[in-house]
Amino acid sequence: MIDNYVRKVFSSFLGDQEIQLSIGIAYLVASVLFIFGLKFLSSPRTARRGMFMAEAGMAVAIVSTLLDSEIVSLEWILLGLVIGSIAGYIIALLTPMTAMPQRTALSHAFGALAVALVGVTKYYTGHVKPDDHGLMIAIGMEVLLGALTFTGSMVAFAKLNGTLPGAPIQYKGQNPVNITIIVILLASFGYLIYNPGASELFYVLAFVALLFGISLVLPIGAADMPVVMSLLNAYAGLGACATGFALNNNVLIIAGALDGASGVILSIIMTKAMNRSMTNVLFGGFGAVAPTAEAREVKGSIKGQTAEEAAAILDVAESVIIVPGYGMAVSQAQHSCKKLVDYLIKKGKTVRFAIHPVAGRMPGHMNVLLAEAGVDYDLLCDMDQINDDFPTTDVSIVIGANDVVNPAAKEDKSSPIYGMPILNVDLSRTVMVLKRGMSPGFSGIENELFYKDNCVMVFGDAKKTLDGFVTSLQELDA
Amino acid sequence: MDILGPLYIFILAAFVGYNVIHKVPPLLHTPLMSATNAISAISVVAALIVAGMEHSDDSTKTLAIIMSVIAVAAATTNVVGGFLITDRMLKMFKKEKNEAGK
Repeated sequence: MIDNYVRKVFSSFLGDQEIQLSIGIAYLVASVLFIFGLKFLSSPRTARRGMFMAEAGMAVAIVSTLLDSEIVSLEWILLGLVIGSIAGYIIALLTPMTAMPQRTALSHAFGALAVALVGVTKYYTGHVKPDDHGLMIAIGMEVLLGALTFTGSMVAFAKLNGTLPGAPIQYKGQNPVNITIIVILLASFGYLIYNPGASELFYVLAFVALLFGISLVLPIGAADMPVVMSLLNAYAGLGACATGFALNNNVLIIAGALDGASGVILSIIMTKAMNRSMTNVLFGGFGAVAPTAEAREVKGSIKGQTAEEAAAILDVAESVIIVPGYGMAVSQAQHSCKKLVDYLIKKGKTVRFAIHPVAGRMPGHMNVLLAEAGVDYDLLCDMDQINDDFPTTDVSIVIGANDVVNPAAKEDKSSPIYGMPILNVDLSRTVMVLKRGMSPGFSGIENELFYKDNCVMVFGDAKKTLDGFVTSLQELDA
Repeated sequence: MDILGPLYIFILAAFVGYNVIHKVPPLLHTPLMSATNAISAISVVAALIVAGMEHSDDSTKTLAIIMSVIAVAAATTNVVGGFLITDRMLKMFKKEKNEAGK
């Protein structure tokens, strides 16, 4: 057994009360550093500095926790810290940027697992007295949120990673099952608050919360993942908050609230960008909806072109807007895209990117991929920033995006995506759509854009097509 | 258990969080999620306390230690991995000095 030497050293010259005060001050400093860290994220110029502050805050909090009188031995702590540090280092080093959504889902799962296990251990070792109803509420919330976020995030991870199919998984009797789960959760939690000593019910609560996380995320399609990721982010934060309430620890409450706020804000932005309500995302089973038979008759025809023909159009264009979607991540086309952009800029053309809030599988997914390829972040524009510029743009290039550029969202009241804000690529002089084949987008909705007179389709792998553009442009210049 | 004090802190921190995070541009939403995830791994503090506590009851000791070591490891993974990967991402966001013709 390794004694808690950290505390021993300090207690040789500080009294118990002074140590307690030092811990409190250290937590306060950590909280302030966390808030500054997030504040500096408001600009890419200061963001890294902010993260250094947050890291410092974390270090201060961890070290000062070791002064706590409840910590008597260090061996298990050290074991956990070493395993976690190695695992964290390896994950951070090896994760490719395209796998960022999976990595984030996995880290939500880890955070939630920690929270749930802390709660269970506290209860298991008899820290909840049978008459401590307040503590029971906090620990119950902790275990509930932790457990459901853990399994929910694992399912999200499996879907994003392709281990599970991305399409919504639905089965007969799903709603009765879900209702039963919710009733069991509410009933067991309610009784536990009344009688915190009912230990069997506590483990029922934990187990059913695990099931709830699975049944919550299973029916949600991969294209709705940005919303789910944000929501799980919020749950993980609130779980940390509940831990703070249980331990009466302010830094946990503050950090958890910051994380919760971020998750809630992102969820709101994402649902707005899809023109849907949270209930609809969670229980709507979007994408499982059979395409409506009475879909409007699509006028016009599809005009397929080769990369050479399309490059000739690009050659005479002056302004270009590129609209990336999940397809760009799938074909790893960001580097080829950067090459094309460099070439076009060198020829004196204006090139910018228009990024829809729900493009990709998590908030900001496209920005990270393009930044990885070395695209100047000033060229990456939000929807609101750039949407009015499409009518004066010569060419829009849509790379692996579909629903976010579907004009049906503006024109067709019967369309399931009607009302969703879209990027107005159809208003630009020419739209080039880079697409693997004619399959409809995730939502299964036909895209009228492809049939418009100003739209040309270039079929094939996006990466190869973009490389083809550059080669053809070079040949045209030669 | 004093409930009002922590509740005040929670509500005020939520307001601060809302205001601070609202100013983060969509450009940085992925690093934001990764950063808040690393910050909420502050639950490592709670895990440390259960992993280092005294066990008077031998019947619950082993399982309690296993659970708390997993908790410490899982939270530490997020602390280390979360901050490293956030930094890796933020490093990529740069302006092009050579070609920016301004």
